[in-house]
Amino acid sequence: MLSSLSFGNTGKMKEYHYTGPVEHRFSPYAFNGGTVLAVAGEDFAIVASDTRLSEGYSIHSRDSPKCYKLTDTTVIGCSGFHGDCLTLTKIIDARLKMYKHSNNKMMTCGAIAAMLSTILYGRRFFPYYVYNIIGGLDEEGKGAVYSFDPVGSYQRDTYKAGGSASAMLQPLLDNQIGFKNMEGVQHIPLTKEKAVQLVKDVFISAAERDVYTGDALRICVITKEGVDEQTIPLRKD
Amino acid sequence: MATLTVNRPPQGGFSFENCRRNALIEGEANKVGCSLPSARKTGTTICGIVFKGGVVLGADTRATEGMVVADKNCSKIHYISPNIYCCGAGTAADTEMTTQLISSNLELHALSTGRLPRVATANRMLKQMLFRYQGYIGAALVLGGIDCNGPHLYSIYPHGSTDKLPYVTMGSGSLAAMAVFEDRYKPDMEEEEAKQLVRDAIAAGIFNDLGSGSNIDLCVISKSKVDYLRPHDEANKKGVRTGDYKYKRGTTGVLTKVVAPLDLEVVEETIQTMDTS
Repeated sequence: MLSSLSFGNTGKMKEYHYTGPVEHRFSPYAFNGGTVLAVAGEDFAIVASDTRLSEGYSIHSRDSPKCYKLTDTTVIGCSGFHGDCLTLTKIIDARLKMYKHSNNKMMTCGAIAAMLSTILYGRRFFPYYVYNIIGGLDEEGKGAVYSFDPVGSYQRDTYKAGGSASAMLQPLLDNQIGFKNMEGVQHIPLTKEKAVQLVKDVFISAAERDVYTGDALRICVITKEGVDEQTIPLRKD
Repeated sequence: MATLTVNRPPQGGFSFENCRRNALIEGEANKVGCSLPSARKTGTTICGIVFKGGVVLGADTRATEGMVVADKNCSKIHYISPNIYCCGAGTAADTEMTTQLISSNLELHALSTGRLPRVATANRMLKQMLFRYQGYIGAALVLGGIDCNGPHLYSIYPHGSTDKLPYVTMGSGSLAAMAVFEDRYKPDMEEEEAKQLVRDAIAAGIFNDLGSGSNIDLCVISKSKVDYLRPHDEANKKGVRTGDYKYKRGTTGVLTKVVAPLDLEVVEETIQTMDTS
């Protein structure tokens, strides 16, 4: 069976790709995995993320949470390329300080979201490889979730999943929080305890099937009292 | 005037006629942003060790399709003959079919020779087949067993090369497992010590390699017995969900209902349980 000679005239084994010459370039991005989730309630918001940092088939860290506290009323979850996540959060922190010093008040959740959109679009032609979700309380004290794409398009949501297991979690949230695809079910508003329980269960399921999600789950619950963090273990394999 | 038809004799082996077309299609698809479906690989950590009186083979139980877990509890230690077992890493279909083929051929061979099959025979059959397919069959195997010449352990690579060694690891988690072996392997270990070492090597693969996970399967082959321990160690249990996600009857809306009664007589009833974990 000398099929290599039938189409590669040099007789070398590897030459069967006919897409043309391939140029191997240095890629400035890496995919570090991780899943982020945010849920908005009547008077609370929850931002949760797993704590695994991976690359390829290896794990860099089992304790690298992806939620960052910005103010007493806002938490941001960033997943994607960890280098860009760190830089982006540093830039947001700096901008928050600048706003506080020039306007003598803290930025509101909606203002942070609008600002993040402009920061991300400023790098439209060399984007931050980060999937952001902001969770917090708006000016009226109601829960708010803002979800972004890597170049700054955003919208306000009730719930959103982002990151590597987002495609697995979003339909589950659509069903359990949005009551989609269900008939004859009472639309009872989500309580804080039920929401936390749902987030824990949803991450347990994500860790089962997504290799990038696991190790531990960090949940930040934002209420008018402040930001309360809890960590619970997930599968480590 | 009749058209000439050139009759090409049937060529054996793989036909590569579609490779060029496939490469072009892949190029087109990548431009739009889609990707072609990939074969299911097992990710995997498999290993084997020779101890005093036999061999111990170990494997994890996760099968991945891309970076999503396709099977949380698949069996990677395949039966070749009563005294020979084989762990498989690489493309799941390839390892399954290759080991089944060689198992079948080896049984016929054993009947023909009238003797218990030797591990070297299984090794020779596997390597000759894999070399014939020039690496296109993506099966990386750890073959172990005991025969009239004692315990033997081989590692077999997809291109057809083999190594006969006292301890081997294969798969994406092979580096993690080999690190454990290089630290603690000693020649002529006792059975319990060997089982513990293999268990620890697979555990290293499970926890440090994203392509491996779930449970640890072990197969201990010695002169007197074969212990197929599946699972030997449930290293990862599924997290317990606190919420209740059962749906009441009527939650799914019924748009139309058509009932077609089938006039059948029940002859035989068998129950096959699904793994719903």
